[in-house]
Amino acid sequence: MEPLEPYISALAESDFTAVGILALVATGLAGAILVLTHLLGPKRVGPRKHAPYESGMEPVGDTRRRFSVRFYLIAVLFLVFDVEIVFLYPWAVLFPRLRDSAHQPWAQPLVAAGYSPLYLFLAMGVFFALLLIGLIYEWRRGIFRWN
Amino acid sequence: MQDPVVFRVERILRSPWLIFGAGAVLAGALALALWLLFPLYKGLLADPFWFPILVMAIMLNLILSSTAICILAERKIAGFTQDRFGPNRVGFWGLLQPLADGLKFLLKEDIIPTQVDKPLFLLAPAMALIISLSGFAVIPWAGEVRWPWAPDTLVSTQVASLDIGVLYVLAVASLGVYGVVLAGYASNNKYAFYGGVRAAAQMISYELPLGLGLLCLLLTSGSLRLEEVVRQQAQSGMWYVFLHPLPFLLILVSSFAEANRVPFDLAEAEQELVGGFHTEYSSMKFALFFLAEYAHMITGSAVLVALFCGGWAPLPFSSWLADSTAWWALLIKLGAYLAKVAVCIGLFMLVRWTIPRFRFDQLMRIAWLSLVPVGIALVAGTATLTVLGLQRTWWACLGLNLVALLGMLWTAARSGRTVTGRQDDLPDIHVEPA
Repeated sequence: MEPLEPYISALAESDFTAVGILALVATGLAGAILVLTHLLGPKRVGPRKHAPYESGMEPVGDTRRRFSVRFYLIAVLFLVFDVEIVFLYPWAVLFPRLRDSAHQPWAQPLVAAGYSPLYLFLAMGVFFALLLIGLIYEWRRGIFRWN
Repeated sequence: MQDPVVFRVERILRSPWLIFGAGAVLAGALALALWLLFPLYKGLLADPFWFPILVMAIMLNLILSSTAICILAERKIAGFTQDRFGPNRVGFWGLLQPLADGLKFLLKEDIIPTQVDKPLFLLAPAMALIISLSGFAVIPWAGEVRWPWAPDTLVSTQVASLDIGVLYVLAVASLGVYGVVLAGYASNNKYAFYGGVRAAAQMISYELPLGLGLLCLLLTSGSLRLEEVVRQQAQSGMWYVFLHPLPFLLILVSSFAEANRVPFDLAEAEQELVGGFHTEYSSMKFALFFLAEYAHMITGSAVLVALFCGGWAPLPFSSWLADSTAWWALLIKLGAYLAKVAVCIGLFMLVRWTIPRFRFDQLMRIAWLSLVPVGIALVAGTATLTVLGLQRTWWACLGLNLVALLGMLWTAARSGRTVTGRQDDLPDIHVEPA
């Protein structure tokens, strides 16, 4: 028997149509649950009952006030590191493929342009070293000291 | 004295015959309806175009009903761990408990406090659910199958076959933080706000080890398609967890943190923050967060199983069924996949009732000073193996993991302190006498 190529539905084929449909279904589900519970439950409104919960005390002060600066530092650090790691993803896919199949036709332009596996490895090594130096610098500056 | 009528009703409710009988009747009715209505949907089945929608409908139902069963299982496992029964009053062995819980949630008052940011307050639980359900779009549930109603067609049992599947999973996992943070911010309640801020810091911190662990895997597989990664493991029989045990652990720990589960449930630490980010939520809005948490856990386990534990491959070190496209193979593969996911979820639950919660500074230090350096070392090591062409050789990979493990132990021993810090690192607490 002839081996078959897998049929990929136009809905699923590498675009986000099916993902979009799934997200729509999930949205409808969540919306339906919210509406349903709003319609079904009892309603007894009162100023005390609808006040913010603070262990039964009168609420003290405003909620949206300043909080620890460490949270901002973590957020900035995350932005830097996560973006750098996202840069690594295309490399991590191309690098082993180029290593294993440098003779394939699709790899020829890359090889001709001088992108050998070793070059890719060393180039990313430099990038990675910078990432590591950044982490060590932040460590030494005491950004992770929480007490 | 108990009312004899109530006693009788309770006894009937707890009888195994009721629940298994009702289950059999429901299953029979469903089968009958499917059989009677077959001419109506025959055209849809014959057209493989609709196959992703079919997979979506089945898996969405499966995931939503499993969340209900998961909640019961969690309470049963809690009972087992703490040497007590767990729920056993509603239905035989407590099996009707999820139904009772669901009804009760639905019929409770939907409280929207006056101080909240109303649109965001309503958006947050919906967003949590939408995001955690969107995650399973790329999971290859059972490989490819020769579809009986459309002759000579191979169809892939997944919702969407994305060429950037792993990246999509990562992106959706990152979006997961929005539900929690929005809930904390919109509630305008101090407990909720601190819960939301903690959750944000925690989830973004644990994304880095997650990403680094995935990089080790990608350097071996060379593909971002989940079905391709699973196919490689099924055909070689060498599941990637045997090649990369440490990256697997890295991702496992990070997914605990991403799902806000103990020991990383600082966002809803009951003893400090009442309910954390969902303090102000009631009725089904509250339940949506739980649905989202369990759906997140199921999707996370499914991704972990697909990437590291061979996905639908039934047996390790064997290529059995790897190239089979028969319909019975589909059933075995799906069963193997779901069994692995169930084991993974059982692990999540057992850990929840075994390990105490971390302090927040410990949590941050584990992520940034322990997991991230280990992840960076593992990625560098795996890249070196790849340039040498050894990334699929078991002794090279295990050697790398062993060296990394010894390095970790050596660093820990040399620094003379654990990464979680010692109690005497904390400042002294002075309590003013009243």
